[in-house]
Amino acid sequence: MNPVVEYLIAGLLLTGGAFTLIGAIGLARMPDFYTRLHAPTKATTVGVGAIIIASVAYASSQGAGIDTAEVLITVFLFMTAPVSANIMAKSAMHLDVKRMPETRGKPWDQ
Amino acid sequence: MLARIGLPQPFLSLVLFIVWQLLSDGISGGSIVMGLILAWVLPQVTRGFWPERPAIVKGWLVPLYILRVLLDIVVASLSVARLVLSTRKPRPAFISYPISLEHPLAITMLASTISLTPGTVSTDVSDDQRILLIHALDVDDEQDIIDTIRRRYEKPLQEIFQ
Amino acid sequence: MITTALHITIAMVTLAAVLNVFRLIKGPDAPDRVLALDTLYVNAIALIILLGITLGTRLYMESALLIAVMGFVGTVAMAKYLKRGSVIE
Repeated sequence: MNPVVEYLIAGLLLTGGAFTLIGAIGLARMPDFYTRLHAPTKATTVGVGAIIIASVAYASSQGAGIDTAEVLITVFLFMTAPVSANIMAKSAMHLDVKRMPETRGKPWDQ
Repeated sequence: MLARIGLPQPFLSLVLFIVWQLLSDGISGGSIVMGLILAWVLPQVTRGFWPERPAIVKGWLVPLYILRVLLDIVVASLSVARLVLSTRKPRPAFISYPISLEHPLAITMLASTISLTPGTVSTDVSDDQRILLIHALDVDDEQDIIDTIRRRYEKPLQEIFQ
Repeated sequence: MITTALHITIAMVTLAAVLNVFRLIKGPDAPDRVLALDTLYVNAIALIILLGITLGTRLYMESALLIAVMGFVGTVAMAKYLKRGSVIE
């Protein structure tokens, strides 16, 4: 295999793994629910996106062509991440979960 | 015209057809027939859930917008990553963002974009669709975030959905 | 080269899944647990794709796609249940 492609795939894999890990660390150590919500919606989505791109690059470097399922997974993840974040934030507001005391402003109630 | 032959949502039908081709194992006669059936039946069945007709006016601006958002997502993840790994405490805030967009789909796209980009998650839209409640992870100045969103995302969306 | 990177990545994603389980157990509120489950299924997709690269097969892509679809539906159903007390009104 072409060494440039090899480095590229390895780099994408490591980037993806690192972002997934950072998302999980954020989920584990952020102080309240609303701040915890930020890490998984962004970092984890990007991490999995990078891993999927690496998989596509690897498959096409092996001469297997691009699998359409991978494209669908990526599109689907990027479309659903904000929707699920939004609906979880709504349920948290409804249940009035604890916020960290430094938070400025407050959610309305309707 | 399209509504009379049973296609009230031409874009939805097109997307359904393309997605079915991607899902099936290669394009064949069978997958095309099945895709056409799905593209015809599903919009009919779900008609009640779509109160208004879609109104994308300048569709060619959408890929540009998606490209900009993808770039911002990468930047956003880097900034969130830095904050997660640093020992500094975040300074979160709830921000009320006044929406000037009209179309529900445009508001949905704006809210999703906000959720995927730097340090902000959209949490709720007011019942009259005038105010968007945003939770920001790390803010110095609320007005600065509002201005950035308006300049970077709402203006292009306004051009797409006139 | 790729094999090494692959092993490191699998280790990182597994560690991420463990951290998610930690949040799932600790809570403290129901939305936190829903969020942990949501992140956990995204990590499961990543692990399945990595497994696919390791074994050099494309068979697992379909299952990853199914988890992506069903995980989203599950998250929305759970969050909706917390908000309204019922999934379908």
